[in-house]
Amino acid sequence: MAENLFAGFAERPHTADWALDVWAPDFVSLLREAAKGMYSLSEIELHPGARVERSFSLHAVDLESLLVSFLSELLYLGERDRLAFDTFDLRVENNHLEAILQGAPIVEQSKEIKAVTFHDLKIIDKSGQLSVTIVFDV
Amino acid sequence: MDLRTFKKISDYEWEIPVTFRHDMRVGVRLFATRQLLEDALDDLSIQQAVNAATLPGLAGPVVVMPDMHQGYGFPIGGVAATRFPDGVISPGAIGYDINCGVRLLSSGIEYETAVEELDSLATALNHFCPSGVGVKGALQLSQSELDQVCRQGSRWALKRGLALEEDLERTEEGGMLEGAEPAKVSKRAKERGQNQLGTLGAGNHFIEVDVVDQIFDARAAQAMGLIEGCLVVQIHCGSRGFGHQICTDYVQDFQAAVRRYGIHLPDRELVCAPLNSPEGIDYMAAMRAAANYAFANRQLLASAARQAFEQVFAGRVGNWHLRQVYDIAHNMGKVETHRVDGEKVKVCVHRKGATRAFGPGSPGLPAEYQAIGQPVLVPGSMGTASWVLVGTETSMERSWGSTCHGAGRVLSRSQAKKQVRGDDLRRKLEADGIHVRAGSLPGLAEEAPQAYKDVDRVVETVVGAGIARKVARLIPVAVIKG
Repeated sequence: MAENLFAGFAERPHTADWALDVWAPDFVSLLREAAKGMYSLSEIELHPGARVERSFSLHAVDLESLLVSFLSELLYLGERDRLAFDTFDLRVENNHLEAILQGAPIVEQSKEIKAVTFHDLKIIDKSGQLSVTIVFDV
Repeated sequence: MDLRTFKKISDYEWEIPVTFRHDMRVGVRLFATRQLLEDALDDLSIQQAVNAATLPGLAGPVVVMPDMHQGYGFPIGGVAATRFPDGVISPGAIGYDINCGVRLLSSGIEYETAVEELDSLATALNHFCPSGVGVKGALQLSQSELDQVCRQGSRWALKRGLALEEDLERTEEGGMLEGAEPAKVSKRAKERGQNQLGTLGAGNHFIEVDVVDQIFDARAAQAMGLIEGCLVVQIHCGSRGFGHQICTDYVQDFQAAVRRYGIHLPDRELVCAPLNSPEGIDYMAAMRAAANYAFANRQLLASAARQAFEQVFAGRVGNWHLRQVYDIAHNMGKVETHRVDGEKVKVCVHRKGATRAFGPGSPGLPAEYQAIGQPVLVPGSMGTASWVLVGTETSMERSWGSTCHGAGRVLSRSQAKKQVRGDDLRRKLEADGIHVRAGSLPGLAEEAPQAYKDVDRVVETVVGAGIARKVARLIPVAVIKG
């Protein structure tokens, strides 16, 4: 499911849950690809018309924690407000995230993700290319 | 890691010594046949058990059940006991679906009498028991009502006329854990919990109507109300988004706590805090609130199942009432007393994908189960058998009063979907006389029997090891999935 050589995501087999490989040239792009990958795993379909905007800020002890917090926030908005997003304006500084998201109501969702886990979570920086494997509890 | 890693204790029990890896604090005790052990080496479950053996304050070996499979941080099928109050508690070693568990209801309805009504029964159960992704329950709880659910669990349902006193007596901890504190639950967890009570959810959760196929212990079966050839109902679900959010919140908070307490772990999902620390005390209080929510959730679904049975069978069949056999958690952290080196020790038993299996005479069991031991409910994969077992004296001695919880996955969900089409599977199940109501065909395919171990082999292993005894085997006739 790679989108291009530099940024994308792909499902990795996991016995019980779901694992997602994500890669991008910088952390903001990594967050964006992770969000798109998570929505893809849930087989989410957005309403084609009604657009919505949400903004939030998050702070965490490190970038891995910030990644988990960001995806957890999306799960929460998906469950509480039945919203998902396809446009991400993200700013990160000193483990602090400012996010403005645009999206739409969810009209179809086949799968439920319970949570984003920290299992073996490590953002790897290889010559400026970031990658991470995220395990979701389903 | 290969078979040479393990010391064979018996045909059903193996050990990894504490010397296997430098950071282990205790050994690992595995209940498995040689074949199940070889199969487990195909994923990370045993590696994860070794990681769990590094948790501070462990009172004895980490125990792994034959339905083990790879989870996140802690293996599914794992049990770890930490010393109370100076050991640690780890939210990830309990899981996101806090108090996911199984309830079994029995009936006197003979299969032969009911066979023509089973399709209607599946439809009625699907109607009365909300299921699927994003589906809300019939109740919209106020904040104060939700707080009462957190504190009272199934007893809240009793006060609302949605339970019988006998249901509570036949539920682990009477369906209400003491020490739950809603003030330790986040606002967003409460938001998620307010409209999900009485819902099944999706994934591997289900309601299943079974027939008692075979009885192995007549006395225990009689005590439980299980009659050969009659219908029973299993309900498998947990604390829904309420519990998922509580675990998410505390796993995130504990990322900083481990740094404060100088705890070094091989996997960040194992984050923990001392049981007697402010963080540990808060998590325990919030986890108990989620556990009570889950007890109430299964209670409401049981009440809904009774409505479905009444709609279909009242006036047509004599004894259509559903009586509770037992309700048991398989994702939970509990403070219990166990014997360590001959001495009684208070420990916090983390069970993740493992069922409490207290032996005869254990405190807290209802009077009718004192002589036989605690009922253990082991659902199989969809379309295959399930089992009713009881706990034993050996489970108290060897496995922290625990045994297996199900079949255990062997295929990933994507592999299962590649091998099985949901519509083909539904046709096959229907052809086998199993009526299916499923919210999602891909979701059905993910739960195909091929994706799981043979539950009969898992049960033979725990019985062979002596950590459970057989009571009855069940076979499915209707399945409702989200």
